[in-house]
Amino acid sequence: MPINKIVSSFDEAVADIPDGAMIMIGGFGTVASCPTCLLEALARKGIKNLTTVSNTTGFGSDVWKLLGYKFSEDMDILVRNGQIKRSIVAAPVSTIYQNTFEKLLRAGKVEVEMVPQGTLAERIRATRAGLGGVYVPTGVGTVVEQGKEKKVIDGRTYLLELPIKADFALIKAHKADRWGNLVYRRTSRTFNATMAGAARVTVAEVDEIVELGELDPEVIVTPGIYVDRVVVRPKEIKVDDKPISQEALESNRRMKERGSS
Amino acid sequence: MEEKFRLDRQTMALRVAREFQDGDHVNLGIGIPVLASNYVPAGREVVFHSENGVLGFGEVHTAGEGDPDFVNAGGQPVSIIPGTSFFAHDESFSIVRGGHLDISVMGGLQVSEKGDLANWLVPERQIGTIGGAMDLAVGAKRLIIAMNHVTKDNQPRIVKKCTYQLTAVECVDLIVTDIAVIEVTKKGLVLKEVAPGWTPEEVQKLTEPKLIVAPDCRDVEL
Repeated sequence: MPINKIVSSFDEAVADIPDGAMIMIGGFGTVASCPTCLLEALARKGIKNLTTVSNTTGFGSDVWKLLGYKFSEDMDILVRNGQIKRSIVAAPVSTIYQNTFEKLLRAGKVEVEMVPQGTLAERIRATRAGLGGVYVPTGVGTVVEQGKEKKVIDGRTYLLELPIKADFALIKAHKADRWGNLVYRRTSRTFNATMAGAARVTVAEVDEIVELGELDPEVIVTPGIYVDRVVVRPKEIKVDDKPISQEALESNRRMKERGSS
Repeated sequence: MEEKFRLDRQTMALRVAREFQDGDHVNLGIGIPVLASNYVPAGREVVFHSENGVLGFGEVHTAGEGDPDFVNAGGQPVSIIPGTSFFAHDESFSIVRGGHLDISVMGGLQVSEKGDLANWLVPERQIGTIGGAMDLAVGAKRLIIAMNHVTKDNQPRIVKKCTYQLTAVECVDLIVTDIAVIEVTKKGLVLKEVAPGWTPEEVQKLTEPKLIVAPDCRDVEL
């Protein structure tokens, strides 16, 4: 039977994710690199007590709408729905914007494990590569080394960092075929390509599905073996007309200042 | 009495950029560092790296313009140039951690006389973000810190021992502040340049550890 990893809806793509699951969420922090529609499906499903693995904890759709994005939801949708119990993350808070996650963290309603960004990428890669752990120089002499085995190799001190094993990885790619081969667009590759294959089930949200054979084998970034499900974004999305929050307006002003400086 | 000048953010970035050598691969942090990309000395080809998976990019667009799928680590849209390459996050940090970058430039909160760096947690905020700072601090061949010389309360940021949470130990090579350029050496901190109107003694008064004044210490060169 021909392999076909394409599923017909976002709800179907996340149907078997249970309460308490550990979920990797791809992307860098920008909404363009984020599996927006899969996160919306998780929000509709309403599952709770999730542990997430991601680079940031989301800025919220208002921030992105102000920048003109139609697909505007990021991890914040799960945070403000109260679906997150614990976040394993490199950048939990922002210097220009107090996101929902920071508010919940300060209120003691979510837990955080902060991981240096490169270590986070490598702990994810270690799972995909079947490694028992990696020795990294990052974090030696800092709060990050607490409770970790140290080892001196060739005169340099390293920390033993263990793989992060998730139940599901939700990622965003540009194009896919029915085997799950993926290509990305520009810097939206980021943690998406790193997380593919690092969970029991990898689900890819894509802009476009193409015929098998259409993707140049020389430029496929994620081979289909790492991908279990593919689901395509609608061309258009309905944008709600809720008023934008004052905080988002303020953050937009600061971001523009930074952008023009 | 001679008037004292403090370098503003753009001028500090200009001074930082003078460190970029022809052919260098450089990562610039958010804030003053990222401004340095505008001041690469003429005739030098410098390739910029960004943590989110790109080597070689051009001009920064205003937020909301440009390609949403092509941004730098600050989330600012940037432009593609001949030679641009994209890669995944694990590859990006292999570049960072593997010692392939010639220079990393970051902001700082405190630097110790041994070159320890604290730059991810402002104690009053209690919650901070490590992001890619720890990897960049241990990974680059040369680490330059651009920061104001003192805090808002006029307390030294260059200290004997950092009191803030550390980013990495013995990692800083050069400190560019609004009043001085200081090199971290095995013998201690060497004052190499002062802002116009400042004497080495005046810089020392705002610096906790003892500075070694370079024999050729001069006005900051821009």
